[in-house]
Amino acid sequence: MTDLVPVLSATWGAEKSWSLDTYTEAGGYAPLKKALGMEPGDIIQAVKDSGLRGRGGAGFPTGMKWGFLPPDDGGPRYLVVNADESEPGTCKDIPTMMSAPHQLIEGVAITSFAIGCNHAFIYLRGEVVHVYRRLLQAVREAYEAGHLGKDIHGSGFDLDVTVHAGAGAYICGEETALLDSLEGRRGQPRLKPPFPAVAGLYARPTVVNNVESVASVPAIVDRGVEWFTAMGTERSKGMGLFSLSGHVTRPGQYEAPLGITLRELLEMAGGIREGHELKFWTPGGSSTPIFTQDHLDTPLDYESVGAAGSMLGTRALQIFDETTCVVRAVTRWTEFYKHESCGKCTPCREGTYWLTQILKRVEGGRGTEADIQQLLDTCDSIAGRSFCALGDGATSSIISSVKLFREEYEAHVEQGGCPFDHSAAALFDYSETPATEEAHA
Amino acid sequence: MTATADKAATEAVETVTLTIDGTEVTVPKGTLIIRAAEQVGIEIPRFCDHPALKPAGACRQCLVDVASPAGPEGKLRAFPKPQASCTMTVTEGMVVNTQHTSEEADRAQKGVMELLLVNHPLDCPVCDKGGECPLQNQAMSHGRPESRFVDVKRVFEKPLPLSSEILLDRERCVLCQRCTRFSKEIAGDAFIDLQNRGAQQQIGTFDEDVLDFDGYRPVGAAAVDEAGKAFSSYYSGNTVQICPVGALTSAAYRFRSRPFDLVSSPSIAEHDSSCAAIRIDHRRGQVLRRLADNDPVVNEDWITDKDRFAFAWQNLSDRLTRPLVRKDGALVETSWPEALAAAAAGIKAATAADEDGAALGAAVLTGGRVTLEDAYAYQKLARVVLGTNDVDSRARSASDEEQAFLGTQVAGTGLGVTFGELEKAPVVVLVGFEAEDEGGVVFLRLRKSLGRQQVVSVAPYLSRGSEKLGATLVPAVPGREATALAELPEDVREALAQPGAVIVLGERAAEAAGTFVAANELAASTGARLAWIPRRAGERGAVEAGALPGLLPGGRSAASKGARESVAQAWGVPSLPSAKGRSTDAIIEAAAEGGIGALIVGGVSASDLTGDVATAFERTPFVVSLEVRRSEIAESADVVLPVAPPSEKSGTFVNWEGRLRSFATAIRTDAMSDHRVLDLLAREWGVALGTGTVEAVNAEIAALGAAADAERPAAPKARAAGKARTKKGTAVLATWHQLVDEGALQEGEPYLAGTGRVAVARMSQATADAIGAAASVAVSTESGTIELPVVVTDMVDGVVWVPAKSPGSWVARELRATAGAVVTVKGAA
Amino acid sequence: MTYDETTLAQLTEDAAAIIARYPVKRSALLPMLHLVQSVDGFVSPDGIQFCAEQLDLTAAEVSAVATFYTQYKRRPNGEYQVGVCTNTLCAVMGGDRIWDELSEHVGVGHDETTEDGKITLERLECNAACDYAPVMMVNWEFFDNQTPESAKQVVDDLRAGKDVAPSRGPAKVCGFKEVSRVLAGFEDGRADEDQGAGAATLAGLETAKGQGWKEGSK
Repeated sequence: MTDLVPVLSATWGAEKSWSLDTYTEAGGYAPLKKALGMEPGDIIQAVKDSGLRGRGGAGFPTGMKWGFLPPDDGGPRYLVVNADESEPGTCKDIPTMMSAPHQLIEGVAITSFAIGCNHAFIYLRGEVVHVYRRLLQAVREAYEAGHLGKDIHGSGFDLDVTVHAGAGAYICGEETALLDSLEGRRGQPRLKPPFPAVAGLYARPTVVNNVESVASVPAIVDRGVEWFTAMGTERSKGMGLFSLSGHVTRPGQYEAPLGITLRELLEMAGGIREGHELKFWTPGGSSTPIFTQDHLDTPLDYESVGAAGSMLGTRALQIFDETTCVVRAVTRWTEFYKHESCGKCTPCREGTYWLTQILKRVEGGRGTEADIQQLLDTCDSIAGRSFCALGDGATSSIISSVKLFREEYEAHVEQGGCPFDHSAAALFDYSETPATEEAHA
Repeated sequence: MTATADKAATEAVETVTLTIDGTEVTVPKGTLIIRAAEQVGIEIPRFCDHPALKPAGACRQCLVDVASPAGPEGKLRAFPKPQASCTMTVTEGMVVNTQHTSEEADRAQKGVMELLLVNHPLDCPVCDKGGECPLQNQAMSHGRPESRFVDVKRVFEKPLPLSSEILLDRERCVLCQRCTRFSKEIAGDAFIDLQNRGAQQQIGTFDEDVLDFDGYRPVGAAAVDEAGKAFSSYYSGNTVQICPVGALTSAAYRFRSRPFDLVSSPSIAEHDSSCAAIRIDHRRGQVLRRLADNDPVVNEDWITDKDRFAFAWQNLSDRLTRPLVRKDGALVETSWPEALAAAAAGIKAATAADEDGAALGAAVLTGGRVTLEDAYAYQKLARVVLGTNDVDSRARSASDEEQAFLGTQVAGTGLGVTFGELEKAPVVVLVGFEAEDEGGVVFLRLRKSLGRQQVVSVAPYLSRGSEKLGATLVPAVPGREATALAELPEDVREALAQPGAVIVLGERAAEAAGTFVAANELAASTGARLAWIPRRAGERGAVEAGALPGLLPGGRSAASKGARESVAQAWGVPSLPSAKGRSTDAIIEAAAEGGIGALIVGGVSASDLTGDVATAFERTPFVVSLEVRRSEIAESADVVLPVAPPSEKSGTFVNWEGRLRSFATAIRTDAMSDHRVLDLLAREWGVALGTGTVEAVNAEIAALGAAADAERPAAPKARAAGKARTKKGTAVLATWHQLVDEGALQEGEPYLAGTGRVAVARMSQATADAIGAAASVAVSTESGTIELPVVVTDMVDGVVWVPAKSPGSWVARELRATAGAVVTVKGAA
Repeated sequence: MTYDETTLAQLTEDAAAIIARYPVKRSALLPMLHLVQSVDGFVSPDGIQFCAEQLDLTAAEVSAVATFYTQYKRRPNGEYQVGVCTNTLCAVMGGDRIWDELSEHVGVGHDETTEDGKITLERLECNAACDYAPVMMVNWEFFDNQTPESAKQVVDDLRAGKDVAPSRGPAKVCGFKEVSRVLAGFEDGRADEDQGAGAATLAGLETAKGQGWKEGSK
């Protein structure tokens, strides 16, 4: 049985947890002072040795990413924190920044010092105004306390931090689209190469990291590499926030070592809601192929989940019990991708448009057997062909759900409608009335 | 691509060898896979890719299978998914398999094609692009025969006018972004951009109705700025040509033809001195449209909207096809023999000596639009038949200083500064020259080097075109450019000392005394090279041909006895006239005083001349007009001889580089070139002018060759103009032609006219305050007044700028003034 | 430009403050569009023109950005932007039902505003509060664990002019313009206001404490 390890979440329950005082009392900003006394290169090495992997979904080794920066050429280099958390099911960064924004600020300061950045940006999605208030205040408090600004704690290191609010676009969570958005443009992904490490923000060397990745840095500096590597598995080190949502008794944020299983997490969370059983779930958000009861014991680390046919992603564990119609769930996710498609490339733009219409027909009972095959064929024209991963993500749930629940699709076709009672899946009681189909934006 | 012979010798190009569909190909490092494939005749389907635009990788049509040597042993490792060949550069040992040899690539391409057609409307029967459509062609060769899409396509209201000339059918758009990328990257006019997101994404201007913004009222400022209309760009027509579908069409051509009905003839544009390569598409003797032709050396892939759309003038309802002779006060159609005889008789009579032995002379005004051959014929007729040096092609401001400059440093010098050298110049100083308005594709070439080249504009203010070039301003009051050059900031002088630096002199340098002298001094002291860029297509050719009062062919001075003798010998005549010739303005002035006996006039617009044109033609006893259209001058002539417009003749324009731009007849009619008509006319004097054919003229010009230094004019000499005397209520006039304006060659094309910039008067805040100008201003001379809305501009004080020939602002005709003149300015309501 | 002198002066001053935060001024465009919304209640054509002039862009380039992001509204917005998440998880947990009932109750549909100008309804995509499903956002403040009744109550209270507190966030929900100004980067002094971290947020922490698991121990 794996223990939970509150590291990032340790202070979330404290009085005025978001304030500088609370954070400092709990030992905050001591790691920064320690880091300022280290060689930047040593900090990078420590993060490399820790095995910390990007917590934003891709899982790329963070230290290695920092190491891709070219040698100093006298010009600026940037750290950009990706706080655009919008992947359906993902809800770990928002509470982190709401309850302990200084966790992130300190991480930004240490990371910036390590990579030679003097102006860092936090790109926060715009739809969470209180989080934005907390970040703005935390940055101000940090300046006032001398943790940011000029000659931080006499180290000679200067750092400015700008907190930037987005305006509603999931695609801006893709790092190059984020950079374009931060530059004041439409959030459309860029060609790689050049990679952001070489030419990112304003065509300067840039590191883009997820909130949780950066927020994990102070603890690594403070408690050391061994502490971090003692947690997790051989290639997925450390702890992470696992977000449980849906038909689970106690949904929420569970900070645990990587490699924990859903079975273990469910036990801590009070299991599936009373009287129901697990039907399907996502290990890493809607862009990851779905899992079933068969995967309850799959260790939730990058390698094991990958070997089992999905992706660890952001550990966004959306739990659905037997009252849930898979076709309904997949249709709504596909509508999401269509809505969020930036439009740059043909496969994603036209493909999600087409997939949505097919799925709505199937869900509404106006589909045919050929439609099910067409779904797969269209996914085939998108996956691996699109400009960025949004296109691929859009196909994941469709391909995996047809593979695992084909009979449910066929039932919609044969029965001319959805065989499920939507009210049974809801968390409150109501009697099912024919839902009007409303055009989505 | 292969470098030119001399370049290969000087630059060692690093190459890469790879295999595409089993064929080995070696290309320069940095080549994109799609370009390398073209080298071996393999066409990978594409939409967003264009050789002149930066790679986008948006359409995904060009997917191919790629494997690259990787790891220490260089073992071939296949990429896990197909790659866009338009964004990936080749590497040594790469193995590429296109749709020809890879099932995966073929399937990927077919998949993308099917998706492209999901929302594409079935517009082919009514779409201009049908028959020359890359989507049609590639769907046929790389797509599925049937679509499996049975759902609802997204629709948009159509078409949307982006400007009066460019229409957008949004449903057809495949979002390749060639148009937005061209507008932003090449032309610098970001008036269109992607709007909305996802499947609703579309190209557009900011149009609050289209984008469903709630405006309290029509927002004039947002939709139409003072620079013109919504899609305000002089190069917008290029987007129609590069659009791979029928989303962008031109209003002038919409619904008019199918490409397979058209015959394409390569030709040269007649509108500016760049002489861009164009393609004339015609059907049954009628020109339906013109496109840019690819000419890597001159205009690359682009032309201006004027080059593209302004051709209606060649065949309007006032087109002349038969000679006219004035009988009993009215012009009557006659036969050629009758007209030629009447013309000769009339000229002879008008220039005959009277009882006292005094005789009035004849004068020849060719205009700046004629070809090299035509200009040669005009000046030869003047000297050999009419015995006068009163021949001039300059229907604009001119000066002796300019003529001396042209004779010593331009005529007979062959290729000077080239487009390529302009592009590579580390610094370019523009004097009396607006790159966008007066240079057309010169602007695009300069813009290519944005960020890598310093551009300095000696002008009263930084125009939008200059701003787009990132130019810095050396402020100069019109007429005082010479002083501005003499007092150039030190850093500009130093920059000019760099190898490759260029000083560009526009034709407006002739309006400011001393400019050529100052430019020569500057060039001599810094080592910078000079380039003369006039406005009209025929200007340089006229200089080469000697169609200037003081110049004979090849840069010979008409004042040089030796030059006159050698040319006379070549022409087989005893001698050439020695009396000093007069410029266009002087000729008109003399004619208005009854001092000219006969005028022979080519393609000259009366409204371009500042003199008293009406009186000049009234008081001249005999006028012969060689014209395409029944113009104002033709209407007042005694004999009108119709000549061929450019589409109906062959000939040569010489562009500002000194490059010969030959073109062959596109549409065969019995219309004759000016040089042929003059050849026939000369026979009435029993003179074999030798200008009957293009070949004959070119042979003569070649035989004459360039002048030796000794036979050229003396170096230009002039004193820089002093400060103009302005008092309260006056200002110095600044003016130049906007690219799209009411010039004669743009008549008859309302769609193009609609894209012209709104005519405004510009002045500095201080100037506006001083005259109490509020919303509009009246600019006047003794001759007339021009009233325009005022736009306060950051510019030199005491100067007012108005466009030379835009709606409501015809400077030559109304004010009878040129730049540098002192005009009265008064605030109007 | 229909901004009066005072408004224009304030906008210009605020724009300068925003631009100063970035090394390259075009980056100020997104916050400046929020700023325009805080003045006009939506992104007006005047606002687009203002941003274009301030940042040396064409109006087309500004509208290209303004039409890409869903938070920028093109018609005068209601005082309260009420969004019901209907992405899969929330929808299945009851969000669809909440939307249907709320929409019928209020009488408007997606992206539509009530006659009294108070409420604009929107079907939202995932707002990163999945452990609190079904979720509703009002002017981007969290309303967690909603039911049709609770959602209707919130909206009724707002329309009646009452102060309404969110589940997690400040003491009360502010107006659309006020919130837009915050998003433009101007603090409103409410950061310390709090409704509690939320049970779901603390679920793991509480479990750990209950089990006596200390951080970092195994």
